[in-house]
Amino acid sequence: MMEPSQKFEQSARAISRMMGMIFALFMVMGAFLVYLMIDPTFSAFRPDPKVDTVAVATVEEDDYDKIENGIHVRTGFVEGEGLMTVVNNCTNCHSAKLVTQNRMSADRWRATIKWMQETQNLWDLGKNEDIIVTYLATYYAPEKKGRRPNLENIEWYALEQ
Amino acid sequence: MNRRKFVQNSGLTALSALLGAEIVFGNYLPEGYIPLGLQDPDPFKLFNKDPEMVVLNDKPWNIESLAHHLDDKITPNRYMFIRNNGNIPESIDLKAWTLTFDGESVQKPKSYTLADLKSKFPQYTYQLTLECGGNGRAEFDPPAKGNQWTVGAVACAEWTGVRLRDLLNDVGVKGDAVYIGYHAADTHLSGDPKKEPISRGMPMAKALQDETLVAFRMNGEDIPLAHGHPLRLVAGGWPASVSGKWLTGISVRNKVHDGPKMTGDSYKVPCNPVAPGDKVAEEDMCIIESMPVKSLITYPKTGATLPLGKSLSFRGHAWAGELEVTQMLYSIDFGSTWKECALEAPVNRLAWQHFSATAKFPKKGYYEVWARAVDSRGNAQPMVLPGWNPKGYLNNACHRIAVKVV
Repeated sequence: MMEPSQKFEQSARAISRMMGMIFALFMVMGAFLVYLMIDPTFSAFRPDPKVDTVAVATVEEDDYDKIENGIHVRTGFVEGEGLMTVVNNCTNCHSAKLVTQNRMSADRWRATIKWMQETQNLWDLGKNEDIIVTYLATYYAPEKKGRRPNLENIEWYALEQ
Repeated sequence: MNRRKFVQNSGLTALSALLGAEIVFGNYLPEGYIPLGLQDPDPFKLFNKDPEMVVLNDKPWNIESLAHHLDDKITPNRYMFIRNNGNIPESIDLKAWTLTFDGESVQKPKSYTLADLKSKFPQYTYQLTLECGGNGRAEFDPPAKGNQWTVGAVACAEWTGVRLRDLLNDVGVKGDAVYIGYHAADTHLSGDPKKEPISRGMPMAKALQDETLVAFRMNGEDIPLAHGHPLRLVAGGWPASVSGKWLTGISVRNKVHDGPKMTGDSYKVPCNPVAPGDKVAEEDMCIIESMPVKSLITYPKTGATLPLGKSLSFRGHAWAGELEVTQMLYSIDFGSTWKECALEAPVNRLAWQHFSATAKFPKKGYYEVWARAVDSRGNAQPMVLPGWNPKGYLNNACHRIAVKVV
């Protein structure tokens, strides 16, 4: 016969074990769900593809960040050094289209970032700021247009009047 | 760098940030999901627009028409440009909707329901030209920051509502009133509920004009969602940003209104002309008021080919901000000679005017038809870009269509 205190201790231990297991189970479930949110396609469990070969783009099953003909399909950004830093910092509030339709020098891209930080709740970009400005000033640099460009992309058609 | 690496780099931060949050259902929300009635990812269906219109930006929505879309004398919703600064309101309760007047220069704050506005004040209908201040921005060199509008950020719809003046009289305005500023139900892109995406306004003189409306109907129907349902300020002839959509409040100010996009370089141009690319100090920038004289050839669409000997009948609209267009000219020889177009008077003040002409071409070849409006003060549209300004506003250079005679 066990003493009542022993019996109590034993059941307390059992409960505590059970609680621990339930807690652990919840943690595992929680972690799984959080993981699912961040990487819903379990892309991290597949072998890392080599981005520098053409074949990879087609082999790549996770097409979330697919690059086609040098364009990041999801956003329309040009592929280049710093692309994902730009995608991750510059498409949270506004569309990538607001970036890709603009052309600016490094100074003016930087001034735009500063304006967004002062008025639009953009966060401190830290070391990423230089990466972003370099990317933008490289791939979205101003081109000379002159005072009036030629009419372009004209689709000719026969006019019936 | 690919997404996987981003996941690795940010995993811990994301975990710690998310553990406190409700994630179970959040997990099933697709990226970019907009709850309520705005789920349709096709903006043309969502806003009932012609699929040929050009989406410049999808967050926030900015969509422009092509010149030939604007051929109607009164622009239908189907072809009306959308310019948003923030997110469209997600729920609109017509019964609970109020318009509140406040600010330093009201006698006492006062609110009106939609039913009050519709029942207690006389209603007026005007055709009013609304053009985005940045229409034509795409052509500036050096390029100017913002949505790269080409020619289609302009429309002239028929607006019905009550006069802002009647409301201001009913509220009671102090003698020191200088400006009104609007407040609206759209939400800031950052998600910050304390931030207004845009809150612009106009001087009292503009606010008190006959044609300045608090409108609830466009082209005889409830205002479409993208254009400000259920209530919109409409101030024709001024940058369309003055015509606040989803209107919930008007502050009568004893100074120039200082809401978002009234300050900095938004909707401002250098007070004195500057060289292209110059840096301009904030104190040297002036708020845009009336839009400049401008016109569009809306028929035929650019790219027409026609046989030699056949003449070309073309038409379009012309407008001049606060002023009237008094003369309409066209050239088929790159501006060397100009001929007169037939020009109609405006249906009412601040409505665009319609022009038409028939051009004859002397020989086969490539031509451009250029259209040039002249306002009542003798200001004509420039053939090249007008004065450069840092934000690329007020490009009123002549519209051109390409024509080939074969």
